[in-house]
Amino acid sequence: MALRFFGAAAAVAITVGMTASPALAVTEIQWWHAMTGANNDVIVKLANDFNASQSDYKVVPTYKGSYPDTMNAGIAAFRAGNAPHIMQVFEVGTATMMAATGAVKPVYKLMADAGEKFDPKAYLSAITGYYSTSKGEMLSFPFNSSSTVMWVNLDELKKVGAEIPKTWPEVFEVAKKLHDNGHPTCGFSNSWVTWVNLEQLSAWHNVPLASKANGLDGFDTKLEFNAPLQEKHLEKLVELQKDKTYDYAGRTNQGEGRFTSGECAIYLTSSAFFGNVKAQAKFNFTAAPMPYYPDVKGAPQNSIIGGASLWVMGGKSADEYKGVAKFLTFLSDTDRQVYIHKASGYLPITKAAYEKAKAEGFYKDQPYLETPLLELTNKEPTENSRGLRLGNMVQLRDVWAEEIEQALAGKKTAKQALDASVERGNTMLRQFEKTAVK
Amino acid sequence: MQKQAIFKSKLLPYALVAPQLAIVLIFFYWPALQAVIQSFLLQDAFGLSVSFVWFDNYVELFSEPAYFETVVRTFIFSFAIAASSLSVALLLAVMADKPLRGGAVYRTLLIWPYAVAPPVVGVLWVFMLHPSLGVLSRYLRAAGIEWNPLLDGDQAATLVILAAAWKQISYNFLFFLAGLAAIPKSVLEAAAIDGARPMRRFWTVTFPLLSPTIFFLLVVNIVYAFFDTFGIIDTMTRGGPGKSTETLVYKVYNDGLIGGNLGSSAAQSVILMIMVIVLTGIQFRFVERKVTY
Repeated sequence: MALRFFGAAAAVAITVGMTASPALAVTEIQWWHAMTGANNDVIVKLANDFNASQSDYKVVPTYKGSYPDTMNAGIAAFRAGNAPHIMQVFEVGTATMMAATGAVKPVYKLMADAGEKFDPKAYLSAITGYYSTSKGEMLSFPFNSSSTVMWVNLDELKKVGAEIPKTWPEVFEVAKKLHDNGHPTCGFSNSWVTWVNLEQLSAWHNVPLASKANGLDGFDTKLEFNAPLQEKHLEKLVELQKDKTYDYAGRTNQGEGRFTSGECAIYLTSSAFFGNVKAQAKFNFTAAPMPYYPDVKGAPQNSIIGGASLWVMGGKSADEYKGVAKFLTFLSDTDRQVYIHKASGYLPITKAAYEKAKAEGFYKDQPYLETPLLELTNKEPTENSRGLRLGNMVQLRDVWAEEIEQALAGKKTAKQALDASVERGNTMLRQFEKTAVK
Repeated sequence: MQKQAIFKSKLLPYALVAPQLAIVLIFFYWPALQAVIQSFLLQDAFGLSVSFVWFDNYVELFSEPAYFETVVRTFIFSFAIAASSLSVALLLAVMADKPLRGGAVYRTLLIWPYAVAPPVVGVLWVFMLHPSLGVLSRYLRAAGIEWNPLLDGDQAATLVILAAAWKQISYNFLFFLAGLAAIPKSVLEAAAIDGARPMRRFWTVTFPLLSPTIFFLLVVNIVYAFFDTFGIIDTMTRGGPGKSTETLVYKVYNDGLIGGNLGSSAAQSVILMIMVIVLTGIQFRFVERKVTY
């Protein structure tokens, strides 16, 4: 009886589900994303513009929560057999998505199958490299990209008579001055502790974070960041944490308010922080390139990106893929890229859009908006600075952050913390390798 | 014989319990069974490669020292939360039970926090005690305490326990209030006539008569601390700094949803399920027997 009831309930649910979806005259393309506020408006506008530009396809954007939430929702939907067509996945989810052969449709294949014109060379390689195979085949479509920059409160620097620091030793020196003159709780700080102090630090100095080109060349990659440079950097942070010349601000970006409130006058975080800085900062500010250690040969190299890309999910019909391909072409349009760049503060992904923004004089008044682009294109990317592709990256970051927190709290030395990060991380990478589809 | 007479049709009683059964089957047994099955599998996040690995997930879990640390931590959390929220609630209930002017207002105010969702509680306490934004942090610092729960694990743990206990006080308060109301006044009056002072009356009469309520609440609080503190931890500390606020439930979430390691996550859920079954078993056994005094 219970079973029969269950059957009946299921039947009702299915009927409801069927009647709820409207009769399809146009092909609907589901686009799941994680953008809020002004950036959500950009997404809605892009979808509306695309829908108005033609009548065969309709892109339906749906907000699915934070980056991890969106990714989990997409994975759960795939397991249940109704994945969206396009899913916005943050950069650290790249390896997980890539490993899911069959669950995703690589962008280069999609474009070829749909017969859309597609020239991978038109895109900025510093950005697409992160989402491409070692052969240069683009797997996902970069949507919103940013990089780490150093936000500086110019008024406060002026007060202590300091120039914008270029190297890490200069940062420490200025931070000390700030700390002793009106900033006792924070000389400098940063968000995304592992992204800034391990991932970007390594790329910027052209040293490996992990073997096999940071995982780009294979899932059998091993972490290698328990090396002298990273150790020296963390040791310095631990030392400065003691009197709050450096003050830890948490694992994600929750500490960013400490820059806009004026508490921290030097703050390293994403260039996408621009929107909030512009809205809230009551002082003169700029975004300077990340500092570097001058004794490291060849530094600075180039920075790597953060942000998210659009993944096309597998198992859809040819017609649906044609619509998705048309939408990606639509997004690549130069004027549209310039619009996204200006409206969201994220980086343009095509060379033409970058040139156009430059020609329009967009960076004249706001030179700090070009800083992340200059960092990304500073030098031709090397094995150590093309990008990262590590499985379980979200949890890896948590593990690294746990260890760094222990070092900053004085419970471990910098070396012990980095050794443990590498060891625990490698165990997780091997676990991921086991489950990855061969 | 009489039971037969109530339902003429043999099917009717089944039909009447069917909705309840269906709910239990769909929302409890089915997912529980899935968890048990998944705990024997090794699979990627998308479920594309699945292999049966027997007890590998459990073996791996038990060979991980961090897991036992989390178990111990969860028990410490649970007892700290239960002890602090029970004692404060009892104190408040005894106070509010006295005939007071505006007693109803106090009672309502004390019950209020129960209506606040756990993640909101987390955000609330974070705002009060955030090292750079918090109002209370300023006082703590003025009092010479190095307050930084972002880095100091013990402080973070204290913070989570405080927030979780605070939220549960209202619930305990309600039950204590009801329990106190059920204590016959004549017993207390008799004790008073015998010359027992208020403190003595409380410990020798009220407290023993409340013991079934206390025991019931103890179990409920421990279960609450085990499971419902997830929202508080997620908004306050996300298990950090280090692992100092990671409880068993948070680890299930972290390994399964963030780490994509569904096998291990399922194995942890199964272990948690067993723990709850044991706890509930103890509760039923003792509540049936009615704790004696």
